Amino acid sequence: MTGEVLITAENVGKRFPLRQGVLHRLSGQPAPAVHALNGVSLEIRRGETLGIVGESGCGKSTLARCLVRLHDCDAGRIVFEGQDIALLQGKVRRAFNRRVQMIFQDPYSSLNPRMKVRGILGEALGVHKMRPAAGIPGRIEELLALVRLNPDAADRYPHEFSGGQRQRIGIARALAVEPEVLVADELVSALDVSVQAQVVNLLLDLQERLHLTVVFVAHDLRLVRHISHRVAVMYLGKVVEIGPTEALFSAPRHPYTRALLDAAPELDPARRSRKVAARGELPSPINLPQGCLFHTRCPHAFDRCRTERPELSPRGTGHLAACHLADFGKPETRT
Amino acid sequence: MTQAPALEVRNLTTTFAGGRLTAVNDVSFTVLPGEVLGLVGESGSGKSVTLRSIMRLLPASGAVSGHVRWQGRDILTMSDADLRGVRGGQISMIFQEPMTALNPVLPVFTQIEENLKAHTDLDRAARAARARDLMDLVGIPDAARRLKEYPHQFSGGMRQRVMIAIALAGNPTLLLADEPTTALDVTIQDQILKLILDLRDELSMSVVLVTHDLGVVAATCDRIAVMYAGRIVETGTVRDVFAQPAHAYTRGLLGSVPHAGTERSMLLSIEGTPPPLDRIPAGCAFNPRCDFATGPCRARVPVLEDLAPGRSVACFNRTAVTAAGSPV
Ligand SMILES: Nc1ncnc2c1ncn2[C@@H]1O[C@H](COP(=O)(O)OP(=O)(O)OP(=O)(O)O)[C@@H](O)[C@H]1O
Ligand SMILES: Nc1ncnc2c1ncn2[C@@H]1O[C@H](COP(=O)(O)OP(=O)(O)OP(=O)(O)O)[C@@H](O)[C@H]1O
Ligand code: SF4
Ligand code: SF4
Ligand SMILES: [Mg+2]
Ligand SMILES: [Mg+2]
Repeated sequence: MTGEVLITAENVGKRFPLRQGVLHRLSGQPAPAVHALNGVSLEIRRGETLGIVGESGCGKSTLARCLVRLHDCDAGRIVFEGQDIALLQGKVRRAFNRRVQMIFQDPYSSLNPRMKVRGILGEALGVHKMRPAAGIPGRIEELLALVRLNPDAADRYPHEFSGGQRQRIGIARALAVEPEVLVADELVSALDVSVQAQVVNLLLDLQERLHLTVVFVAHDLRLVRHISHRVAVMYLGKVVEIGPTEALFSAPRHPYTRALLDAAPELDPARRSRKVAARGELPSPINLPQGCLFHTRCPHAFDRCRTERPELSPRGTGHLAACHLADFGKPETRT
Repeated sequence: MTQAPALEVRNLTTTFAGGRLTAVNDVSFTVLPGEVLGLVGESGSGKSVTLRSIMRLLPASGAVSGHVRWQGRDILTMSDADLRGVRGGQISMIFQEPMTALNPVLPVFTQIEENLKAHTDLDRAARAARARDLMDLVGIPDAARRLKEYPHQFSGGMRQRVMIAIALAGNPTLLLADEPTTALDVTIQDQILKLILDLRDELSMSVVLVTHDLGVVAATCDRIAVMYAGRIVETGTVRDVFAQPAHAYTRGLLGSVPHAGTERSMLLSIEGTPPPLDRIPAGCAFNPRCDFATGPCRARVPVLEDLAPGRSVACFNRTAVTAAGSPV
């Protein structure tokens, strides 16, 4: 995967202010907030699937929403084809909204229950004037075929479909506007394993045929490994490691990635371990730890980790990690 | 395998809606002392109803038949007073969503103490000491302070630990765990599963672990029972079933899970979805989704047959399925 860079996140920050009491406001201390993103930097290349993993609350969905401009970031910026997306206006902004599509985690709540599938897809086609009115029925049929639903699906309501089928309707709606980038947030997390596999296969197939760029946000490491060319690992609103899937999974260079991989149960009963992979829990995103965000749980933490926050630095071809231990997990030096 | 089972479930059948819907259909299995049995299957396959039927925890609309043998007695027919002695005592249950099982208005100590009162004859001081021990055992630091707190003051992972502490209060010899880690992050899931294994070793408990995650089974269970549409379709040691699935559904499930070395290739998916209870297909319930289906599959229900001691399967074409090999 050597596509050109399509989207860049540069030091993106996002806070959600908390309601504060009068006493706090009078105290002159900084207003309390959830620090959801704390300087996220990454690149998304044309035609690739970039997986984003991390534990609940680490900011995956917030980042996904910033990428499609459902949230405005309050620090840093997101650049699409050389332009800061916060500054896009008028025609260019509408074009951006069409070219970068988000598919939501919950197909139940994101589809209008009172609209038939024909109406849902027709609306998407209409908003961006994708087809003259006469071409719409034909296009709806094409879209349904693309996501492997029968043509008669057009005349049914969302509740008449199974979870996997509803997820496909969501994908068809996103594809209606012929996007270049799909941002999929926990696309298959709510589905049964056998149905997950159907949707994953569909996504792989569509990406090939339509040359889509995909941002695949999920907490399931196995799925992300299966589908991604590159993977970014997030912790407390920061990317702590990013690199080619194979390199990152076979030789993780950040202690948190290592812990995540060790904690994920393997499908091979012969490879069991009774050792606990990571101690402790995620600290509160309201009061972030000083220094390295992971130091409260890191078995390798030392003095510097408690005061100085490490930034992403190179570990190999296209592989970056944010840890003061530059040699951590280095293939030759591992014991 | 001559050891007497700790729990023996025979022909367990559970229906709803006046018998029109069969959620659990003629289910039989055993759990040996100190064994961890994984009960797996997709949503709606009957895993939770099976556990709740064993503990007689179903709503009044559910009708249960069959036998659940526990220490020479049948739980399904014992008196309510005897049942109260067993439930939460020798047999404990933990649930997927701890907030629904914990009482939000009582401090954690009171909830542990209730179980200690019901199932031990410890006095007040001993109960307080035992509650602190239990919190230590399940890895909750600062036990004395945290015992005074309410469930909402605990994180998801800590709440699950509290549930386990309550479950352990009656010194159970069997733990029924219904998706105890499904809502948790992998690092916390890993902590909880390893805690359950440690407790199994220390207290020589048997465990029935309900999950839909085959990875969890591979990493923690001794034996596996696979459910589909209310029936057990295959059982065996985890090693045997993963190495050589003999039921087409088990094989399909294993193939649906991505595994290392097959990146960005098509997964062996199963077409269609599990059937709702009012539309379970005739014959083998899996036949409309099955690549191996033949005539008999549409006509008759395959019975669970023993292949070897502790290894059984309900599939007419198990030779063909076995020959197709394991996808993992
Ligand atoms: N609209 C909002 N208002 C306030 N806080 C929010 C909002 N959206 C997200 N947060 C907080 O920001 C943090 C990051 O949330 P986010 O949803 O991005 O995490 P996530 O990685 O997607 O988690 P999950 O795996 O559970 O989906 C969390 O602490 C969350 O509670
Ligand atoms: N009280 C009830 N009344 C009617 N049907 C019920 C009742 N409880 C459960 N069922 C049905 O019984 C079937 C089995 O449900 P069960 O909860 O055991 O599934 P499960 O295997 O635990 O699924 P999940 O993985 O989603 O938890 C489902 O079809 C469910 O709708
Ligand atoms: S910087 Fe220090 S605390 Fe952070 S991951 Fe590296 S070793 Fe651990
Ligand atoms: S009995 Fe027939 S339909 Fe059922 S799993 Fe076996 S081959 Fe498939
Ligand atoms: Mg999310
Ligand atoms: Mg259940």
